[in-house]
Amino acid sequence: MAAGRKLGVLLLMAPLLLWLSTLIIIPHINMFMLSLSEKVDVRVYETGIANYMAFVEEPLYWNTFGRTAIMSIAATFLTLLIGFPVAYYIAKIAKGRLRATLFLLCLVPFWVSELVRTFGWMILLRESGILSGFLQWSGLVSGPVEFLYNDAAIMVGLVYTSMLFMVVPLVTTLDSLDDSMIEAGYDLGGSGYSILREVVIPHAMPGIVSGCIVVFMLSLGNYLTPVLLGGKDSLWFTEQIYAQFITRFNWEQGSAFGFLLLLLSSLIVWAGLKLSGQSLSKTMG
Amino acid sequence: MSDSDQLSHDLECRHVTKSFGDFIAVKDVSFTVPKGSFFSILGPSGCGKTTIMRMIAGFLDTSSGDILIKGRSVLDVAPNRRPVNMVFQHLALFPMMDVAGNIGYGLRRRGLPGPEIAKKVGAVLERVGLPDAGPKNINQLSGGQKQRVAIARCMVLDPDVLLLDEPLGALDLKLRDHMKVELKKLQSQFDTTFVYITHDQSEALVMSDQIAVMNKGEFEQVGTAHQLYYDPATAFVAGFVGDSNRWRGKIQTRNAKGAKVSATDGLAILAGPISQPLSKGDDVDIFVRPESIVISFDAKGVGKFDNNLQGTVEAVLFNGANSRTLVRETATGTQVDVALPQTGEFAELTPGTEVHLGWGRAQARCFAASDDVGVI
Repeated sequence: MAAGRKLGVLLLMAPLLLWLSTLIIIPHINMFMLSLSEKVDVRVYETGIANYMAFVEEPLYWNTFGRTAIMSIAATFLTLLIGFPVAYYIAKIAKGRLRATLFLLCLVPFWVSELVRTFGWMILLRESGILSGFLQWSGLVSGPVEFLYNDAAIMVGLVYTSMLFMVVPLVTTLDSLDDSMIEAGYDLGGSGYSILREVVIPHAMPGIVSGCIVVFMLSLGNYLTPVLLGGKDSLWFTEQIYAQFITRFNWEQGSAFGFLLLLLSSLIVWAGLKLSGQSLSKTMG
Repeated sequence: MSDSDQLSHDLECRHVTKSFGDFIAVKDVSFTVPKGSFFSILGPSGCGKTTIMRMIAGFLDTSSGDILIKGRSVLDVAPNRRPVNMVFQHLALFPMMDVAGNIGYGLRRRGLPGPEIAKKVGAVLERVGLPDAGPKNINQLSGGQKQRVAIARCMVLDPDVLLLDEPLGALDLKLRDHMKVELKKLQSQFDTTFVYITHDQSEALVMSDQIAVMNKGEFEQVGTAHQLYYDPATAFVAGFVGDSNRWRGKIQTRNAKGAKVSATDGLAILAGPISQPLSKGDDVDIFVRPESIVISFDAKGVGKFDNNLQGTVEAVLFNGANSRTLVRETATGTQVDVALPQTGEFAELTPGTEVHLGWGRAQARCFAASDDVGVI
């Protein structure tokens, strides 16, 4: 009987275990091994940390690394800043049909692929694009203006791509805030700002943190948006990884970079959780 | 109205009306609440009582009319600046703060220095009997303690009027009975005007100095608990407050002492003084309270009453001190709900026993017939 139950549990867990081990654990172990092997000669490898040393010794690598982290954090904050009022409006102010429509509007961009969405931005922002054309037509500028291939364009693309992932958890947590809580705040003499700071934001904190984690991870690991909107100067760390794996065929170096990125994202998420006083189980549960 | 008159009222509503589109939620309601009194608005759900409360608190604008607090109109005062505070139906304590944080919230908004806030919070917690609850978390408190914290959170701001929106609704029966007494005690202790809304008549009757019975957006009657119970002004109040036997009938003869009414089921009833302008032939509702009917084993015991009838006990509904019996009248077959006296005489009453019932005409209240009576 006990053995039978054990087998049952094992069978139920099988898909999860299979997924975890084949898709996550095994490839990562493999990558880690790969990142620790140095190429000393043609088809001759030794175990060592040369790949990691290369990262430390080459300023371009760690500059890109730091830049990617800072830009991702900035994109996360911007997304939160824009997403919070949107989510608040959807959860607390809009009613019935309007609410459903607004939610759908947030979702609509995700019906096309990220590639197409990014090309959409390129059509708007490029030198011969719609925004430039409009400015020339209105007489504000005399010649064509290039809006693409700078950090601002990357930022716009990143925020746009991640908006939904911020709005959904925020709407969910704000929805669970009892309206009478906000009214009680006003009733006791609170202003809009103090209620936001002392009641609404503390309540929405799990949603804010989980939205930020998702958006940060998405931005950090994004490849298409920085490459297409930022051009060849975008210097995103995922591009370095891509270049090592595909262009230079240096899988050992690519693996090391991949591991460094994993380490970086884990570290920043941990720091974010510590700073906001949240725990992973509280925000994801 | 002179100034001193106005100042003795903490709250006054003048012809307040609120409509949502075509629907009129509150229709021309006027009342005054004297300083330091406990005023209740009692009515079935959907009668507009919450709308009145939200207008007083400032969460809703009035369609017309005026609301005055301490003689000054507050219509253009924002809710966070009105000298009223509200205890919400589900209390709306902030779970992200501890008890002291909750109570200190309003004081912090007023910009008081920290030590003074701590002192006031401590003092008010003492007054509601929770001196050590300050650092506790909201969900560590019991239902009754939450209630007291919610009241303390308002009272620490020293409001002119405290509004309470059915705050006992979520509690279980025993605790609710206990909190009724507690609320009344707190009110007299703080000596603040309480405006309490509820659909539960026993809450209103036990605690209030004045009760307004509300129905379909209008006040049916404003009076003390005693007045509402013994001297209801309308059929709705008679049916909604307390239990009653109710007969529909037509006035046969009408004189200064009252009227003779023949009920649709054939019973002839002598009804007491009538306040409404009713005359012969009018359709009326007669209300007789179960506890104002005298029950006796022989006809002599009830002979002196204006109304007396004979019947058979159909059922005995034992409920301790509130035990009742259902009596089927012999001639017409009408069923009468009678309270059993707790003197021991009727302790052994069994179904099938012949009994005699009687009541004075003053106990039979007569109102213009209305299908909208508060009996459920």
